[in-house]
Amino acid sequence: MTGMSLHKKLEENTGLLIFGILVVSAIGGLVQILPVLNQESLETPTGSTQPYSAVALTGRDIYIREGCSVCHTQQVRPLIAEVERYGPYSRSGEFVYDRPFLWGSKRTGPDLHRLAGKYSDDWHRVHLLDPRSVIPESIMPAYPWLEHAPASGVGDIQKKMQVLQRLGHPYTQEQIEAAPQQLEGLTELDALVTYLQQLGSAVSREEAP
Amino acid sequence: MAAVYEEGISTLKAVQAEIYRDKVVLRLVQFSIVWAIVAMGAGVYISAELLWPWLDFGQPWLSFGRLRPLHTNGVIFGFGVSALMATAFYSVQRTSHVSLFAPRLAWFCCYGWQLTVLLGGLSLLGGWTSSKEYAELEWPFDIAIAILWVSFGVVFFGTLVKRRIRPIYISNWFYGGLIIVIAMLHIVNNLALPVTLGKSYSLYAGAQDAVVQWWYGHNAVGFLLTGGFLGMVYYFLPKQAGRPIWSYRLSIVAFWAFVYTYIWAGPHHLHYSAIPEWVQSLGMVMSIILLAPSWATLINGIMTVSGAWQKLRTDPALKFIVLALAFYGLATFEGPMMAIRSVNVVSHFTDWTIGHVHSGALGWNAMITYGTFYFLIPRMAGRPLYSTPLANLHFWLALAGTMLYIMAMWAAGVSQGLLWLNLDETGELRFNFTDIMAGMAPYYGLRLLAGLIFLLGTCLMAWNLFMTIRGRDPVEVSAPDVDPLYEVKR
Repeated sequence: MTGMSLHKKLEENTGLLIFGILVVSAIGGLVQILPVLNQESLETPTGSTQPYSAVALTGRDIYIREGCSVCHTQQVRPLIAEVERYGPYSRSGEFVYDRPFLWGSKRTGPDLHRLAGKYSDDWHRVHLLDPRSVIPESIMPAYPWLEHAPASGVGDIQKKMQVLQRLGHPYTQEQIEAAPQQLEGLTELDALVTYLQQLGSAVSREEAP
Repeated sequence: MAAVYEEGISTLKAVQAEIYRDKVVLRLVQFSIVWAIVAMGAGVYISAELLWPWLDFGQPWLSFGRLRPLHTNGVIFGFGVSALMATAFYSVQRTSHVSLFAPRLAWFCCYGWQLTVLLGGLSLLGGWTSSKEYAELEWPFDIAIAILWVSFGVVFFGTLVKRRIRPIYISNWFYGGLIIVIAMLHIVNNLALPVTLGKSYSLYAGAQDAVVQWWYGHNAVGFLLTGGFLGMVYYFLPKQAGRPIWSYRLSIVAFWAFVYTYIWAGPHHLHYSAIPEWVQSLGMVMSIILLAPSWATLINGIMTVSGAWQKLRTDPALKFIVLALAFYGLATFEGPMMAIRSVNVVSHFTDWTIGHVHSGALGWNAMITYGTFYFLIPRMAGRPLYSTPLANLHFWLALAGTMLYIMAMWAAGVSQGLLWLNLDETGELRFNFTDIMAGMAPYYGLRLLAGLIFLLGTCLMAWNLFMTIRGRDPVEVSAPDVDPLYEVKR
């Protein structure tokens, strides 16, 4: 009955109970997460994966702000139907500069990971401002406010790139210095379209399944 | 004479000190109900937007992508956590036979939490979001939540430390698990470098971020929406049924199995994704094992009601609690099934997931909370419920709304899953995405109706409880004497 008497102690001591819960609940996370955080291949870029340009990064932050990932996934599963519908399945190395990841959990609209080049820039502009003018059945919200807001207003781009640099993204000093200039004259709509037009372009459609 | 008088006063003070602090409980219940109406209202609104997308009127803050996190955060943190704090404070006093430790800190938790949820909700509408599901709030709110959560822990565990009954009752273990594990998950998952007040970049990137996020996301469901609410079951079910827990030993075994197993199951949210396959498989296997501790608690709960079934005819509180257990059983069975890779291939990314979440959130979380509120408010008011027929009507509305919701989403989700994957004889895709999406309108219509029905029930409850407590403070209850056999020896 030593087990029972041990448990009696646990049952009557608040500190021990707290400690017990902490230890028992931590095990699963430690076994699953520590190896993943230490797996180098998950931090190694695939194909031509690059840190986001100043414009694409701004577009990505607009994508996050508007909650696009609520209805669109960025994760093509390695299934025949998905590869046929969207393109090559997603590789971990394509996401190494994604902070946070934007894989999503719900496809109310289609997956966007292989969106690059599927439509023209103009199509995207029209679609974002009035989705039903190009896809009558669409239930996507319109984003009219993106048309006139300047891309430079989405936050201090240099500070963003410096923070990402501290997190390990290989931005050069020149890139950071040139960033505000690249955003000059662009609208939020432009930045978002730039982001969408490079989604999943690091893996070429011809080379990979 | 003076000495006797002094002694009398000090005895009186000592007795008064053990009057349970229920005002803070009542206030938290009130806030919880307000959040339920606001957050469920937001849910109804966005479900209408999926039918009529012009309903956002071109306003950024009414856009689906911004309202949806308001809906989820409002339900989980506004409605859910307020209810959990209320019931934890209520039951920990009664199972410890002492009044709340650091009552001022408890009030700080109460109002601080409401302020955080309110401002956090507004920040989501303003487009401040980390985009990580159920952890959308940006870093200033993450810090506020951490401070409030620690305060919650100090009040709760402080009360346990000064308790007068030796064994710590099982409901407190579940509340304790909620406090500790959520603190751990919240801190680890939200680690980020701030850029501005409303923007930060996650410490983790890509596939690693995904694994950390779903370790958090799944266990926020596990330890908040499941474990925390099981604390409610273990206190309020035996109380309302008037019977002790069927097997106390089973409740303890199930507790440790639950705490150990749940934490492994997160990767089932990432099947067929770009994370290592062993992590997916491990998550799947542990999800299936999780069925055992989940159902052990279910069986324990149902067997506790056994012998008191006749009360179900007359007692709205018990009706809600027992129905909640039934939905708990359903959702904790459906979850492991959906975690199996070959089922998940169909269900993933579809409305089936939304249905599953709502069979938990409406059928289990909301119903157990409603049952508990129907238990609490008449006791605090010191008079019977304003209207039992109204509560019975609420019960049927809640059941109808939940059933309609999950059936509509099953139909929608299974259709989406199968049609997306459907290939013709030549191996070509048979259906295009837009056509499948356009075919969902009838199901989305049913879902809107279901949400309205459920929300109507919630409003009826709010009215009923308001009329019950109107103009009254909680009845003062003092701690009873402790059985010497179980008394803490100091």
